[in-house]
Amino acid sequence: MDGGKPFLTFAQNPLDGVMERARWAAGAFAELDRATTLRIARAVAEAGHSRAQADAEAAVRETGFGVVAHKRLKNELCSRGVFDTYAGQDFVGPLAEPDRRIVKLARPAGVILALTPSTNPIATLNFKAVLAMLTRNAVVFSPHPLAKGCSIAAAEALAEAARKAGAPDGAIQVLREPTIPLVEAAMSDARVDLVLATGGPAVVQAAYRSGHPAYGVGPGNAPAYVHESADPVAAAKRLVDSKSFDNSILCTNESVVLADRVLADRLLEALRQAGAHVCSEAEADRLRALLWNAEGGFNVTGALGKDAAVIARAAGITVPPSTRILVVPFAKVQPEEPFAREKLAPVLGFARVDGPGEAGRAARAMMRHAGTGHSAGFHGRDEAALMAFARAAPALRVAVNVPLSQGAAGFGTNLGPTMTIGTGFAGGSALGENLRPDHLVNWVQIAQAADAEPARFDHISPWRAEPLLPAEAPISYSQGNPPGGPVGGKRAPVPGVDLPFGGSAVTARGPAAQDDMAALRAEIRALVLEELRAALQTA
Amino acid sequence: MLDYGLFRYTSKEEVLEKSIRYWNPGKTRFWQETGVDLVMGRREGYIIHDIDGRRLIDLHINGGTYNLGHRNAELIATLTTALEYFDIGNHWFPSVARTALAEALVNCSPGMSYAVFAPGGAEAADIAIKSARYATKRRKIVSIIKGYHGHAGLSVATGDDRFTKIFLSDRPDEFIQVPFNDLAAMEAALKGRDIAAVILETIPATYGFPMPAPGYLQGVRDLCTKYGTLYIADEVQTGFMRCGQMWGWQVFGVQPDLFIAAKGLSGGLYPIAVCMLGERAGGWLHEDGAAHISTTGGGEVGCFVAMRVLEILQRPETRANTRAVSEFFAEGFADLIRRHPDVVVGLRQMGTVMGVEFDHPEGAVAASRALYETGVWAIFSSLDKRVLQFKPGVLMSRALCEEVIERFDAAIPRLRALIAEMKG
Ligand SMILES: Cc1ncc(COP(=O)(O)O)c(C=O)c1O
Repeated sequence: MDGGKPFLTFAQNPLDGVMERARWAAGAFAELDRATTLRIARAVAEAGHSRAQADAEAAVRETGFGVVAHKRLKNELCSRGVFDTYAGQDFVGPLAEPDRRIVKLARPAGVILALTPSTNPIATLNFKAVLAMLTRNAVVFSPHPLAKGCSIAAAEALAEAARKAGAPDGAIQVLREPTIPLVEAAMSDARVDLVLATGGPAVVQAAYRSGHPAYGVGPGNAPAYVHESADPVAAAKRLVDSKSFDNSILCTNESVVLADRVLADRLLEALRQAGAHVCSEAEADRLRALLWNAEGGFNVTGALGKDAAVIARAAGITVPPSTRILVVPFAKVQPEEPFAREKLAPVLGFARVDGPGEAGRAARAMMRHAGTGHSAGFHGRDEAALMAFARAAPALRVAVNVPLSQGAAGFGTNLGPTMTIGTGFAGGSALGENLRPDHLVNWVQIAQAADAEPARFDHISPWRAEPLLPAEAPISYSQGNPPGGPVGGKRAPVPGVDLPFGGSAVTARGPAAQDDMAALRAEIRALVLEELRAALQTA
Repeated sequence: MLDYGLFRYTSKEEVLEKSIRYWNPGKTRFWQETGVDLVMGRREGYIIHDIDGRRLIDLHINGGTYNLGHRNAELIATLTTALEYFDIGNHWFPSVARTALAEALVNCSPGMSYAVFAPGGAEAADIAIKSARYATKRRKIVSIIKGYHGHAGLSVATGDDRFTKIFLSDRPDEFIQVPFNDLAAMEAALKGRDIAAVILETIPATYGFPMPAPGYLQGVRDLCTKYGTLYIADEVQTGFMRCGQMWGWQVFGVQPDLFIAAKGLSGGLYPIAVCMLGERAGGWLHEDGAAHISTTGGGEVGCFVAMRVLEILQRPETRANTRAVSEFFAEGFADLIRRHPDVVVGLRQMGTVMGVEFDHPEGAVAASRALYETGVWAIFSSLDKRVLQFKPGVLMSRALCEEVIERFDAAIPRLRALIAEMKG
């Protein structure tokens, strides 16, 4: 009998249409002037901002990671916040530098393939969308399969906002079925100009192998050095605030506190006061068994981004429900100690050190396994100690006396607010800073002789206010050359005839076939999820 | 040595010589004389190569046959997969593939109830004419002067004298022609109430895509309704999103009683065409479903390809690309006309269906040649050689569109010279 499962499987390449559309959008976008660009970017930022709460709820519901209120805050900061930060800067040009006899014109990257993670799905999506719009790039999102639903919904809303604000058709798109082979194909697709990879090391490596320019970010594993000059109560409060923020799902969160021995006990007490539970050795063992499997893989489904109390309960540790983080003291800061590794969960390692020298050595030891080039924190007032630690720790940002989750990501500091943290050459990335809009454009430099009379370009703009390819317009119709003279390619609307490009919805499938397709899709989705969970656990 | 496994030639000259000897002396010679010495070799997307290797961008796409590109990878995969299980099938029996395609077509063709399949457009037109005759019990058919519906027994009779007289196939008593865009002439033809159907290309292709005047198609529709005549839309070149919607008649807001589609439905891979019938025109399917038979019409593997064609066409991205291509050329030609008003004088356009007008009655023949020499293949309109058929595929990329305009520009001096020569 023919039937049951489809006995023929038909290959499809949904990338073709998406990438071609993105190329058209990029071409039209790159001609727009600054005012129009800002209007589009603002509209996208505002759309992200207004959805912040709903998106946060959807993300937590779908992934089970993090805290709604904190996700909401990040979604807001990464939409309107990021826009406000950069709205005053010109990523379009022309920019004249008369003293240098140079005039600069922005040339956008073109089509950006932006991967977004399951941990911060919407904040990252908002962030990359706003950056892309500010710099007149078309962006194609490839959401992490675990956060597919909320990411697609958000991306579509941003695309709609861009469209309404006059962006070229297809300026923001999203891959609807982001399977691993499809994402790999997208990364190496010849129509992509730049890959922005945020995700696990495997994704980042793949981005760099794609043959395209790529900004990938490595994993975090941040040491936070609490120097003896610190106020232990203030430091403890920041640590707990940071570690509990979105249940430590940001890669900038503190992984291990390196406490100067002289204040370590006071700091532990202050941590307790601030809502931490400090684990005993026996509890630490149980927690270790819960968090890592025998191969050293992190427990993604049971612990990643979960509440401290939930994790404690799962590990058989009795804590009050108000517990905000779990602190695990351990002796040897070496990579073989799992607690010295990255923990995207409100679990904070705690080790004692003797001064900045040892703190630096400990930082290097723990980041050797993972986290090189990422972030580190410092708490204290001693500038010499800070300098010594910053010189020694293999991080590219050292945030001082702030919650590191937020501070290293540029919230509350003057590092660029970002969801994409460059880990630099040592961390295997071409990007050593927090990703900013200027990373997404090249500049054409018009260079005169150094002693020439500076050319004035102020009154000339090479850009247009309306895209060649507006998202909403009737299809081209012209009646050619009527008797009496050529009308050229000028378009004449057809009176009395409605010419919407879209028109009535057409479908090639009957309702029954649609049900079958839905069932098939659900089956595939389940398989992909399973595969992904397995992959994440062994990573 | 050109070696194709089953056969080989020593050179292109040998191909041409044997083509004259065994295949078609007239056609083969014509192109040599026109300066277009093309024998198609490798092909991919919207690029074709001469067997000598010369690369050409294909803007002829055989009237939409290669709407989705030559050897579209998704379509090849579909055909290959279908061949694991299917073949042409047996036209006598109900078939999973034919039924599925018929349903898909009915679902994307408002007002239509049935799909009758054919191996090509001409036969689909014959089915349409026969269906209209059955429904109205009238015999006469009205078509447009310079209209084109193919070369089968009935369809050819609707067309130009050139194709009928030579075969003694003209039937002036049953097949009446009226000028395009002339509602008065249409009414004069219909008001005797003895016309079974008007058959009309939504935009007449072989005539060089003159645009229907505002209100013309609806006017014809109204006249048909008034005089009990059926409206047959020929969507062979205007269907499949080429005008911006699935069917050209949707763009113009007219509802035919039945319509035909061909070319693009095949994906350029497996011949298939269709006559879509409304309830009334489909009456004969109830009385005697075997009244029209075609062994290869609706071959099952072709149905799979056609299903994929419809699916690709209905993706939002395809829609977007179609519009992008049309907007790009609207702007591109406006600019070309501004810069070369002595050569290019106008653009007729509905979406990706375009006719470029030149300032000479044979200007488009010269343009075909000049473009051919500059790496672009676009064919003049057989029935109005002032107009070049300019038919980019709906999936064309921005980069390729830019290249087309650049090459068009580069061909202008040569074109200007050729036209000057003709003006002599
Ligand atoms: C408008 C139109 N109708 C019908 C046909 C006939 O189709 P076929 O060549 O498949 O018989 C053609 C072919 O060029 C055509 O352009």
